[in-house]
Amino acid sequence: MALRALTNVKTLGRLRHQQIRGLQTFTLPDLSYDYGALEPAISGEIMQLHHQKHHQTYITNYNKALEQLDDAIAKGDASTAVKLQSAINFNGGGHVNHSIFWKNLAPTREGGGEPPHGSLGWAIDQHFGSMEKLVAKMNAEGAAVQGSGWVWLAVDKELKRLVVETTANQDPLVTKGASLVPLVGIDVWEHAYYLQYKNVRPDYLKNIWKVINWKYASEVYEKECP
Amino acid sequence: MSWSSSNYLCLSSSSSVTQFSRCKLPCESEGQRGKCQDLNRATNISAYNSLKPPSFKLDKGQRRNDHVLKKPRNISAYYSLKPPPYKFDALEPYMSKRTLEVHWGEHHRGYVESLNKYLGKDDILYGYTLDELIRVTYNNGNPLPEYNVAAQVWNHDFFWESMQPGGGNLPILGLLEQIEKDFGSFSNFREEFIETALTLFGSGWVWLVLKRNEKRLAIATTTNAVTPLVWDDIPLLSLDMWEHSYYLDYKNDKARYVNVFMDHLVSWNAALARMARAQSFVNLGEPKIPVA
Repeated sequence: MALRALTNVKTLGRLRHQQIRGLQTFTLPDLSYDYGALEPAISGEIMQLHHQKHHQTYITNYNKALEQLDDAIAKGDASTAVKLQSAINFNGGGHVNHSIFWKNLAPTREGGGEPPHGSLGWAIDQHFGSMEKLVAKMNAEGAAVQGSGWVWLAVDKELKRLVVETTANQDPLVTKGASLVPLVGIDVWEHAYYLQYKNVRPDYLKNIWKVINWKYASEVYEKECP
Repeated sequence: MSWSSSNYLCLSSSSSVTQFSRCKLPCESEGQRGKCQDLNRATNISAYNSLKPPSFKLDKGQRRNDHVLKKPRNISAYYSLKPPPYKFDALEPYMSKRTLEVHWGEHHRGYVESLNKYLGKDDILYGYTLDELIRVTYNNGNPLPEYNVAAQVWNHDFFWESMQPGGGNLPILGLLEQIEKDFGSFSNFREEFIETALTLFGSGWVWLVLKRNEKRLAIATTTNAVTPLVWDDIPLLSLDMWEHSYYLDYKNDKARYVNVFMDHLVSWNAALARMARAQSFVNLGEPKIPVA
């Protein structure tokens, strides 16, 4: 069952960063499309929950952890500061990953699903053989992720190569390689597809390609590999 | 020491003529003859023994080979999908029938089928009980591909039995005493359990375990498919914190799910039974020896 957003999503959330006691807090970034705009690949209900609940929770907890870290550092409390690292890793990673994810998606009528032309398209053909092979590879790796994680198409900015990587939980992509820059990330946590696809993750992966925003990926790629 | 598996190891035979030879037990293939002491392996051997030898007369010049069955037999063993000990709608409104249908019928069933497929491919893992299979495939932290499916089959069996309709409330008798001894009070335990469940990152399980070495109860978390069996601890209760377990009912509201589990679903009877059994293996407290 899909929920159609009645209000324009752009009115929800603000993009400015707030400064409190010199500590930067983060706010939920807007989506540039309606919740229901990605149907039938991803239902509006999932998009709304994913954005307003899950991503917001990551941001809230990230801000809280940052505040606690700030306190701990100010007091010189090393053990607390170190203990908070896993919370920062997880929640901060969640915020970073999901911010990229929203930009990776676009409704079909705004170019979602349209394969990349230009240097990224050429690089994909060169490294993987064809778009279909890349999709098959990413789907296979995404389906094989145990538990929760992400599957990424990334560019290694030192080696100027495209790679497909998976990360667990909310680990940022750089944990797999310091020079990796994410181009396309697909969330394979169950919350990203469960309401619509239940446990059939391969179907979700097959359908999400119809709404992947290759324009954004091309922009990032051209910036790293001009 | 292994717990008897709560899963059914089934044997089936199909009619097709085939040369039959006994599968090599893992301890034999490592050249450790004489160290094969595990009685549990008798299950599959006795299956072979119960087959009748060929009863037809041998023709002149034919040799009887006892290890070759002329009667068509193809024995294969497989794991079955065990249903939860209650009807699917028995846990309403705390865990919906739909969740059970999908969680058991698709996730759990999928794991069982994958496990059977893996075991069908290779004889090396043949002959283990599920508990042993988990320990062996965990491979001390470098899990083999069969590990995930085997462990998830076990975990889910354990999980269904850790819940009951009309569950919740307080544990009784020895379990309550032990909880109060190890956690201070039941409400301390409950708070700690809930907090542990909510601070788990990613997919995993929360367990109430009896630690074998420390001889006390503890709350443990594991990621993905790991189970306390691999550390040789004895689990008493489990809670599935994979998102598929609560998403249909509670969406992202983990706190409500965990609270509902503690208040209405957890089966203290099952935990008590498991603990009573655990005490055959772990000494909790000193025995009272009467002075004459």
